[in-house]
Amino acid sequence: MILSSEEWGVVLLSLQVSLVAVGLMLPFAFALAWLLARARFPGKLLIDAFVHLPLVVPPVVTGWLLLLLFGANGPLGGWLERTLGISLMFRWTGAALAAAIMAMPLMVRAMRLSIEGIDRRLELAARTLGAKPWRVFFTISLPLALPGILAGLVLGFARSIGEFGATITFVSDVPGETRTLPIAIYSALQVPGAETAVTRLAIVSVILSLAALVASEMLARRASGGRTNHVL
Amino acid sequence: MSFDLDLDHRVGERRITLQCRTDAGLVALFAPSGAGKTSILNMVAGILTPDRGRIAVAGETLFDSAAGIDLPPERRRAGYVFQDGRLFPHKKVRANLLYGRHAEPPMPFEAVLDFLGIGHLLDRWPATLSGGEAQRVAIGRALLSGPRFLLMDEPLSSLDPSRREDILSVIERMKHDLAMPILYVSHDRAEVDRLADQIIPL
Repeated sequence: MILSSEEWGVVLLSLQVSLVAVGLMLPFAFALAWLLARARFPGKLLIDAFVHLPLVVPPVVTGWLLLLLFGANGPLGGWLERTLGISLMFRWTGAALAAAIMAMPLMVRAMRLSIEGIDRRLELAARTLGAKPWRVFFTISLPLALPGILAGLVLGFARSIGEFGATITFVSDVPGETRTLPIAIYSALQVPGAETAVTRLAIVSVILSLAALVASEMLARRASGGRTNHVL
Repeated sequence: MSFDLDLDHRVGERRITLQCRTDAGLVALFAPSGAGKTSILNMVAGILTPDRGRIAVAGETLFDSAAGIDLPPERRRAGYVFQDGRLFPHKKVRANLLYGRHAEPPMPFEAVLDFLGIGHLLDRWPATLSGGEAQRVAIGRALLSGPRFLLMDEPLSSLDPSRREDILSVIERMKHDLAMPILYVSHDRAEVDRLADQIIPL
């Protein structure tokens, strides 16, 4: 199967957008997951609901909200433009932001579960052995939560690759800038006689999604099996 | 004074209290299961804060509610051997042993390995150890953290009877060789009679 150079561009753009989205969201998702798993504070339920919002709200609504917030006249969009010189409208950066927001619930969920699964008695044992709280975090908590963090990354990546509704609403369909795989497939569907292009791009999408799923499965197995493989 | 404890702590409906001033080397808290023995060890280790009281071990005050003293667990230098071993599952035995590495442990690394007979386990994962092996590694980890005293929470209870004698003799030798205050918790009368210099029933 040979892709045209334009189609290769679409694939690379999709990878770029998804990797940046997941990388951008990682620290925020981890902080949120930690907060939801460990902290007790009033309004926690509200934050929990807010984090999950992109999962249940129609993506077109999420895209429209992004447009309101980050558009040229939006409060955050104007600020980003003025202070950091970052423009999101009709840019791949905007596509990455939309993908990041849509990936957030899945990433936070996976990370939160693994943080909740940490045996806190191990952290206390480390304290009695002379480790200060920050050392306990980096040597005990973080490594034990790692499988969930990686799973969250892979899930978020897969979600970003497939992101369509919020992206096309927020940054539209600009070839070479915001035309990621799903948007390219959708555009090709609008053109009579482009069925072979649709087929090629669809196959690439399936391959990428499968690769992400296999990767997450392998990570999960490695995480659980690695420490007992000397038993035989 | 090895242990100078005055503890008062309420957990739900239950009240845990203990007064004891002793100079014994190995002090055993003896009570049936569920009497709050582990809570007392946790208070001495600093991972549970008593409502009120005072904790001093070997002349150093670790906690005093009246004076506002409450050392964090990492500064108490307690060698805590937990009932379930509680080894770090993501670290091999060597890394577990060295986790709390202290500049001046009572015994150097090699000596601890010999003493506990765990030199051949260094490259194993905790999940692959037997109960007795894990408990010996846990004792080694506590010793290598440079403790000023030891807390032992039913270290034999998770072992099958044939392994108990093994660990019992290790503890007896520790008591002899290290001259370090040990607070030992058990619900087994025979065990306590054999090891303890002083028995405190709860």
